[in-house]
Amino acid sequence: MAYMKNKLWALILYPVSLFTSADWLDVNMPVGVTDISKEVFDLHMAIFIVVVVIGIVVFGGLFWSMWKYRRSNHKTPAKFTENHTVEILWTIIPTLILIAMAVPASITLKKIYEHEAEEGGIDIQVVGWQWKWQYKYLDEQVGNAPLSFFSNLTTPPDQYEFNRVEKTENYLLEVDEPVVIPVDTPVRFLITSNDVIHSWYMSDFAVKQDAIPGFINVAKTKVNVPGIYRGNCTELCGERHAYMPIVVKAVTQEEYEAWLQEKRELAEQVAYLTEKDWTSEELLATGEEIYETRCAACHQANGAGIAGFYPALAGSGVVMNDKAQQIEILMEGIRGSQMQSFAEQLNEVEMASVITFTRLAWGNDKSGDGEIVIPKDIVEYKENNL
Amino acid sequence: MSAVVENHDHHDDHHGPKKGIMRWLTTTNHKDIGTLYLWFSFAAFLLGGAFAMGIRAELFEPGLQLMDPIRYNQLVTMHGLIMIFGGVMPAFVGLANWLIPMQIGAPDMAMPRMNNLSFWLLPTAFTILLSTAFMEGGMPGFGWTFYAPLSTNYPNVAYFVFAIHIMGASSIMGSINVVVTIMNMRAPGMTLMKMPLFVWSWLITAYLLIAVMPVLAGAVTMLLMDAYFGTSFFDAAGGGDPVLFQHVFWFFGHPEVYIMILPAFGITSHIISTFSRKPLFGHASMVYAMVSIAVLSFVVWAHHMFTVGMPLVAELFFMWATMLIAIPTGVKVFNWCATIFKGSITYETPMLFAIAFVVLFTIGGFSGLMLAITPADFQYHDTYFVVAHFHYVLVPGAVFSIMAAVYYWLPKWTGNMYDEKMGRLHFWLSFIGVNITFFPQHFVGLAGMPRRYADYALQFAEWNAVSSVGAFLFGFSQLLFLYIVVKTVFAGKKATPQVWDGADGLEWTVDSPAPYHTFDVPPKING
Repeated sequence: MAYMKNKLWALILYPVSLFTSADWLDVNMPVGVTDISKEVFDLHMAIFIVVVVIGIVVFGGLFWSMWKYRRSNHKTPAKFTENHTVEILWTIIPTLILIAMAVPASITLKKIYEHEAEEGGIDIQVVGWQWKWQYKYLDEQVGNAPLSFFSNLTTPPDQYEFNRVEKTENYLLEVDEPVVIPVDTPVRFLITSNDVIHSWYMSDFAVKQDAIPGFINVAKTKVNVPGIYRGNCTELCGERHAYMPIVVKAVTQEEYEAWLQEKRELAEQVAYLTEKDWTSEELLATGEEIYETRCAACHQANGAGIAGFYPALAGSGVVMNDKAQQIEILMEGIRGSQMQSFAEQLNEVEMASVITFTRLAWGNDKSGDGEIVIPKDIVEYKENNL
Repeated sequence: MSAVVENHDHHDDHHGPKKGIMRWLTTTNHKDIGTLYLWFSFAAFLLGGAFAMGIRAELFEPGLQLMDPIRYNQLVTMHGLIMIFGGVMPAFVGLANWLIPMQIGAPDMAMPRMNNLSFWLLPTAFTILLSTAFMEGGMPGFGWTFYAPLSTNYPNVAYFVFAIHIMGASSIMGSINVVVTIMNMRAPGMTLMKMPLFVWSWLITAYLLIAVMPVLAGAVTMLLMDAYFGTSFFDAAGGGDPVLFQHVFWFFGHPEVYIMILPAFGITSHIISTFSRKPLFGHASMVYAMVSIAVLSFVVWAHHMFTVGMPLVAELFFMWATMLIAIPTGVKVFNWCATIFKGSITYETPMLFAIAFVVLFTIGGFSGLMLAITPADFQYHDTYFVVAHFHYVLVPGAVFSIMAAVYYWLPKWTGNMYDEKMGRLHFWLSFIGVNITFFPQHFVGLAGMPRRYADYALQFAEWNAVSSVGAFLFGFSQLLFLYIVVKTVFAGKKATPQVWDGADGLEWTVDSPAPYHTFDVPPKING
């Protein structure tokens, strides 16, 4: 009997236990980590409380009337059709409430725009690509160009596409290279796009700004708390719209400097690797990895593409027999299609290895010329075409 | 308003309907065409609903289980297009066809042959649009808002463009018909301010349609030129402007939103008054409120674009203009509440749907007001909070009002009463289902889940599962609606001409079912 009673309680409490997990309670806007985001949160809560109170008053009156004047309780309906006093009141009172809401909203909005216009801080250009973000630190030179890198999703297809392994904590919110910014420093994001419209959304900063080709939109933020912040693309940009997350790592000024230094050293190393002689085995190993993260989303892991959208690479004439044209396509992209330029996305070594991989994989080496591309070929292309 | 109906000897046998399929293909009768529109919209509602079931099934848990993201985007796009252009709009046109002539005492619509063409263009347009499902590249997958330049490089976009053109032609013809009918064919004595509110709501809606459908046609034409003829209206690389597309689209899009809600205001006003057994409170102020909403709808479009990077003054203007809409909308809600106050109320199915409309539409209005606040919209924009908002105004808003209208006028159309118990069951299942579906979407939206995502982060899993369960409940409940309507068409308790004891209006003075031709001689309106 006692056992039965326990079972019954467990059954009754089961739904309650579900609601005590953290995710069930994740039902509101984050307060965020900037002064602006806190102000936006307060504004949101203020409006929310106002509409809830209005709702309680209006629906309360409605439900009370519905109960009180049900036919079984109120046989003879009244006949009135107007009452100027209440009609004036229910026009004026909402107007006053709206003004009371519009004033703080306008002040906050003005503050956001003034904050954007202020001088100082660091400038980072954000470029939306199908389906990844590029970050360019305009004030930081590495070699003879600004420090620039791409930020790609690192959640493996085994987690999202095939559901073969358990999804990890930061599922779809993790990237290979987060954008690193110092705390307590104004950071200006100059947001644009390389192809279609994307939108750069970081809820913890209360920043959402569309990335539009041909336009540069500005969003400014000053993060108060070090940490890793995760956001998303919020403008439908095609197939992999859900797979281009944003990760911002806010660090102390010293850590930021150290990170910059590390980036400069890395660039020197890449320059050395480009000069080295490569074997096809070495290129293949790097190439396969790059193909999986950068190419397989469209051209598919087996190189077959998707009919009507993305051409097949397996058995493609260009990939099998026309080395020069393949290099050109990867470097320049194909205008009017979703094939983008990878000139900035891949360095010479990565570019050569991924091209070599496609030329040797899926039987392309048997049916085609089987020639490989080495980093020096890419350097040569750049010298001839720039 | 009271009406005197003069009885004449009708010779319906001389000009009754043709037999068989030709009746429906060649009909010029407003009641037949109304029936065609209503069945068409019901079919579209079930198809668009099936797509929604696919979306919710995929979103039941994180990860891709049922489809790749290309397919998912196609379902999202087609769900929107079908529900808007095939579901809600044709349903209101069907109601307009059935009711406007009967409510103003006219024998038919002013242009009966054009009326037939308006309807038959619709299945044509949808056949073109849906045929892309069988082509390489498939259906459009760029969202119902088809933002350039995503849409300009999409496969099969020409089919989409031509389908929209044909739907637009159908809507414009239908609207001209409505305006001409209302302006010229009212029974003697029916002044504009004496017109029933459903007629008023459609007069305003028709003007909105005539104003904005050509704008949509312009947008899709520019899109077509960009996609196939090498122009650069929206292509930045050719000197074009992708933001221009959004301005043009939303200049159509925002009035379009009110096109889908104004007739619902009219319907709700009739039903609440009937079942409260009390004349509508503030008939004239209802009219002024609808006109104000319609006028304001032309100056608020850029609140859909707060994040495209507009200057401060533009953001402030569109925020304030948008907030203004709350005033006339509030007046309407207060008027409905005041109509109920001191009434003698019963709760038949139409009344249940109408009251649910008032409450849930108002909740959608509240979230709309929150979305108008620009700084907060930087957080809400393009998240599930927006999805929750517009589904609250469109599903328990527009769709509930259409269901209320069907239950309310079905006895007049078929001569049979529907099964009240089944009707109430349908209401409660729909009411519970719709709230379980859309209320949790406020939560995941505020927590930051972007819309149009085939897959999402783990923190959103719980509420998405709840939302999907609600969607299946709501979706499958609509099969019950189909059953109830079909059953009523063929059988049921015979309806009296008056049908509802509290109902007022010319349509209740004719027999149930309404004869094939009504008001060959106009009634006289007294008072």
